[in-house]
Amino acid sequence: MPLLQIRNLTHWFGGLRAVHNFHENLEEGELVGLIGPNGAGKTTIFNLISGIYRPTEGEIIFNGTNIVGLRPHQISSMGIGRTFQKLRLWNDLTVLDNVKIAQHSRIGYGLSEAVLRIGRYHKEEREIEERSYELLRILGIDKYADQRVKHLAYGDQRRVEIARALALEPKLLLLDEPTAGMGTAEMMRMMELIERIKEEFKLTIILIEHRMKVIMNLCERIKCIDFGAIIAEGTPDEIKENPRVIKAYLGEEAAF
Amino acid sequence: MKKYYLPLALVGLFILLTGASLLGLLTSYIQMVLMLMGINIILTVSLNLVNGYMGEFSVGHAAFMSLGAYTSAFITTRLIPHLLWGEPLFPVGKLLYTFDVAAHIEGPIWYLVFPLTLLAGGAVAALAGLLVAIPSFRVRGDYLAIITLAVNYIVMNFFANLEPLGGSRGITGIPGFTSVPIVLIWTVISLWAIHNFIYSTYGKGVMAIREDEVAAEAMTVDTRRVKVMAFCISSFFAGIGGGLLAHLLLYINPASFSILRSIEPLVMVYLGGMGSISGSILGAIVLTGLIEALRPLRVWKWAVISLILIILMIFRREGIMGGREFWFLKPKREVEYAPASD
Amino acid sequence: MAYILQQAVNALQLGSIYALIALGYNMVYGVLSLVNFAHGDVFMIGAFIAFFASTLLKLSFVPTMLFSMFGCALLGVAIERIAYRPLRRAPKLSVVITALGVGLFMENMVLGIIGPWRKSLPPLLPEHVFNVGEVRISSLQLIIIGVSIALMAILEFIVGKTKQGIAMRAISFDRFTVPLMGVPENQIISLTFAIGSALAAAGALLFSLAYPLIEPTMGMMVGWKAFIAAVLGGIGSVRGAMAGAFLLGLIEIAAGATFPSRLRDLIAFAIVWIILMIRPTGLFGVARREAV
Repeated sequence: MPLLQIRNLTHWFGGLRAVHNFHENLEEGELVGLIGPNGAGKTTIFNLISGIYRPTEGEIIFNGTNIVGLRPHQISSMGIGRTFQKLRLWNDLTVLDNVKIAQHSRIGYGLSEAVLRIGRYHKEEREIEERSYELLRILGIDKYADQRVKHLAYGDQRRVEIARALALEPKLLLLDEPTAGMGTAEMMRMMELIERIKEEFKLTIILIEHRMKVIMNLCERIKCIDFGAIIAEGTPDEIKENPRVIKAYLGEEAAF
Repeated sequence: MKKYYLPLALVGLFILLTGASLLGLLTSYIQMVLMLMGINIILTVSLNLVNGYMGEFSVGHAAFMSLGAYTSAFITTRLIPHLLWGEPLFPVGKLLYTFDVAAHIEGPIWYLVFPLTLLAGGAVAALAGLLVAIPSFRVRGDYLAIITLAVNYIVMNFFANLEPLGGSRGITGIPGFTSVPIVLIWTVISLWAIHNFIYSTYGKGVMAIREDEVAAEAMTVDTRRVKVMAFCISSFFAGIGGGLLAHLLLYINPASFSILRSIEPLVMVYLGGMGSISGSILGAIVLTGLIEALRPLRVWKWAVISLILIILMIFRREGIMGGREFWFLKPKREVEYAPASD
Repeated sequence: MAYILQQAVNALQLGSIYALIALGYNMVYGVLSLVNFAHGDVFMIGAFIAFFASTLLKLSFVPTMLFSMFGCALLGVAIERIAYRPLRRAPKLSVVITALGVGLFMENMVLGIIGPWRKSLPPLLPEHVFNVGEVRISSLQLIIIGVSIALMAILEFIVGKTKQGIAMRAISFDRFTVPLMGVPENQIISLTFAIGSALAAAGALLFSLAYPLIEPTMGMMVGWKAFIAAVLGGIGSVRGAMAGAFLLGLIEIAAGATFPSRLRDLIAFAIVWIILMIRPTGLFGVARREAV
């Protein structure tokens, strides 16, 4: 059974149709790219999957369960993690806290145990902390654990966001333009990081990107969106030559 | 050994203050000021939970104080006399009815009962916290501030119209159960509870909501649940503070819980610094002291205080502590860790 | 039926006064995203200025109104200049708290200087009572409603048609880019405060004629209520202020008419709570959609 099935996904913002009949059958272990010009609706699709918006129409079935109408915290607890196009970290909190808080739904102790510091509290907090450190170590930012996120360099902040998304133990990871604003060297490091974590955490990934180098190298399959609808789908080589894709990005003349 | 510094210091403080007050070394005025400081610490740190750690702007804290005050006062002046001595529960029509509870007190039973009445007050206040918590699911910032304002007025008017509880005249003859050691104990309990809550990973969800609520939801934080927790814990302790206050002032009426009453802890929160328990302690102590010191100025007192507030905002808006904690209040690490990468 | 009409007139009167004050809140919120908690106390000082103008200077109605409007305009501009401008780039919360402080400061200064004072305005307007069918309307009510509407119409004109008014609205949409387009930000903001405060002063005069009791704490109650009216209508919107104000006036009068009058405030605030639960951004407020 596919990990994620999306059928007839359509979403309106008032009178504007942002997503039109999007569909997808995502198998476990795939790394699929989502490309398209700015404003095409890619981030909206992510927002619909993660539950931030409730789709006007359509079904989203994750691991056999229809997640339409569930709240984002429920959906993320079920195993869908994401990063955001514009970083949405908790700036005044430390790197470590950012990663710890993403494990919120896994907390087993209750309010009284937290306040009285009894029972499962210490054991669970220790586990949460150890897990967080491990993630930071894997992402190479453990030395920043106690720093406030707002003080970090941009590239490291992006890594914190990924660590945070990994902390909730996702099966599906939605990455929204992870290399935005990066130079070539950083971009290459990010690409290598993505491959590494996919391997290590057995992730299925949907990747939104603008940089063709990243998409072509990482993705096995690519979907191209324009005006909220899928205009092309295929392997990197197929997409590269597809006239509709070229037209969407570069305009009418370039397609010929 | 370092682990025991804080509990030892607190025990020492407890013995010192209790002994001093029992031996008559502290004038009753000083005792009153100390008790007010303690109560204000409780009120400030509970408000800080909502205004500082969660980043909202609640101007209705007095509503929850009043609920705690009225509930605990009702129990001690009406319910218990009714149960024990058959006094009327709702003496409507008797204009200046006061049952002299103090004259009937016998034995240390009250030391057991008083905390229970405070807890009852806190519980009622916590329940009322839902009046603000539920709107907060849809509304943040300025609009939520209005709701807290409306709640403050609603509760105030509610009591003003509740004739069985004295209406606008309020409740008189409240026994003076509040004492220095009791206030100290409750202050420590409140600080400890709120500290443990907010610095657990569960409680840190509150700060995540402040920083970015959308991201918090997307990272498995059940924001609705956390908001309810934060608001209800905050109002619970406001209720405790209100109960303590009622049994200190011996008299409460609706007018004493107006917006102005909500503004006092508000100033203390910002004076001490948002998101810092140490700041709340300092802010409460400093402002309470200031209010007492400026008492000779009578009405000008508040003019001075508001001027201080304005200057504070212009020149040091992060408050005294700037969001930092004293060493003994810093959240502790569970795991010792040495970073591998460099 | 006549009873309903009568109450409607009362509601119009109350609503008009709330509107004049609420407009000040909304205009300032529009340009600065600031809830000007000091506004209620500007209203209070407007009443005091009117008192002094009419008793010491023995001015008649119109000169008194113009005098106190001018005085409050100056006061509003001064407050902005001294307390808010240094915080123009500061986080919003700091300015809100400062506003609270300014309001408290003014209130207690007046309490300190003048003391717990209660005075009434001399009768500046002749009292006639008109009978339309079974409805009694006093000339005072007519004037209150009429003056309010006239002032609101002037405001609509300023905001809609003049260069400054359009600049005000522009700044409310984008505070940072608009000045880059050559709009003199400081001047427009000062103008906004001036107009808002002047309207509050007018409201204060009319209020004091209708409910003749001037005291230093009047700014609190009326100020907070007008603020609630502003939010009901949608804070930041001029139309919203007017709508919210009349709505609140209606709620209060209706609540007072149907329930025992001592429950009036309780019912009114409870209704406000309900409305805000259902429509959090107020009637005309634009829900600023957060980009995710």
